[in-house]
Amino acid sequence: MADKQIACATCQPKGLCGGKGLLTLKEGAWTNNPLSIQVLGICSALAVTNRLENSLVMGAALLFVCVGSNLIVSLLRKHTPHRIRMVAEVAIIATFVILFDQFLKAFYWDMSKQLGPYVGLIITNCIVMGRAEAFALQNPPILSIVDGIANGLGYAVILAIIGFFRELLGTGEILGRTIPVFSEWYTPNQLMILAPGAFVALGIVIGIFNAIKGPEPEENK
Amino acid sequence: MTETSAWVIFIAAIFTNNILLTNFLGMCSFIACSGQIKTSLGLGTAVIFVMIMTTIINFVIYHFVLVPFGLVHLQFIVFIAVIAAFVQLVEMFVERFSPRLYFALGIFLPLITVNCAILGASLFMIIRNYSFMQSIGFGLGAGIGWAVAIVLLAGLRQKMRYSHVPKCFEGVAIAMVVTGVLAMTFMGFAGMVTIQ
Repeated sequence: MADKQIACATCQPKGLCGGKGLLTLKEGAWTNNPLSIQVLGICSALAVTNRLENSLVMGAALLFVCVGSNLIVSLLRKHTPHRIRMVAEVAIIATFVILFDQFLKAFYWDMSKQLGPYVGLIITNCIVMGRAEAFALQNPPILSIVDGIANGLGYAVILAIIGFFRELLGTGEILGRTIPVFSEWYTPNQLMILAPGAFVALGIVIGIFNAIKGPEPEENK
Repeated sequence: MTETSAWVIFIAAIFTNNILLTNFLGMCSFIACSGQIKTSLGLGTAVIFVMIMTTIINFVIYHFVLVPFGLVHLQFIVFIAVIAAFVQLVEMFVERFSPRLYFALGIFLPLITVNCAILGASLFMIIRNYSFMQSIGFGLGAGIGWAVAIVLLAGLRQKMRYSHVPKCFEGVAIAMVVTGVLAMTFMGFAGMVTIQ
């Protein structure tokens, strides 16, 4: 059982398809899903999924940042000196995160309060950085946008799945509304909305994804 | 400004409000580098050091530069720049003056820039409105708490090599579930001290 060495800084998402947009889309959202397959950016995935609503907003945030930063990094890819590309990437990502954060603060103050520091933490979310580094640097703008959408969606969907089950099992509600039939016989399990529930839920989701995908063609086993 | 003493915050940051097990920060390197106790110890030490230093620097910058000049909305970009610059500085410093420490710690330092626990600690410090002493207590406690958690998981994963895990759960999936159990045991500390 070779430990998968997945380090954010050094990750090399494999199988970069230089080909068509559709393939890129499938790659990002399913076969190479950033969350369930590559296990990147799980900090926020765990922290905000105690409610479905939070998960959806966070998914949207990441989608926005990922698409935006991919586009800009790709546009600037021929003008960025190789040595300072990391700094440039971080600066671009941080700009988009600030934009989204200010937007939340202006129009959805309650949501901004609830998400707390986790919006800011998108900067260190390895998915965004990984995509900028591994994809946007080598590909034209349009394809990079598609890649951003794919990875953002892949992340958002998993977040929504975890958020859905944690809120349902933890409080017996969905989006703050009680589910009529369900709440009659089900006693909400507080553990699911607390920290341990998050870890176990994500572990199970990753396990299920692995099972669906079938045995990995593991090179170092 | 909250009234709690720095000491209470220090203890709480290790046990009841462990930055990893209750706030989920620093998960990436937590999962990636928890294969062996020795590796995780090295990374843990580096995180403790960088975390306390960056919390202090960011505290000073935030309260003496950003607030007076009304630049609070730039905090993300400033904080991440400070962290990246500090890590770089430490790396060069350690390489120059203590090659042995560099080889022990060196490979982990770049990883720390992208460790969200570091940035998270700075952001929590601002959100919770800590005073200077409280920030030091929090930075140190959060770092130690993170190190404790990763060393514990590394120990568990070493034992787990000899157990039969379902095929699809091997690797990351089972590590997450085990972390869940670890988080559950840390919940036993709840009520000892509370912050925020």
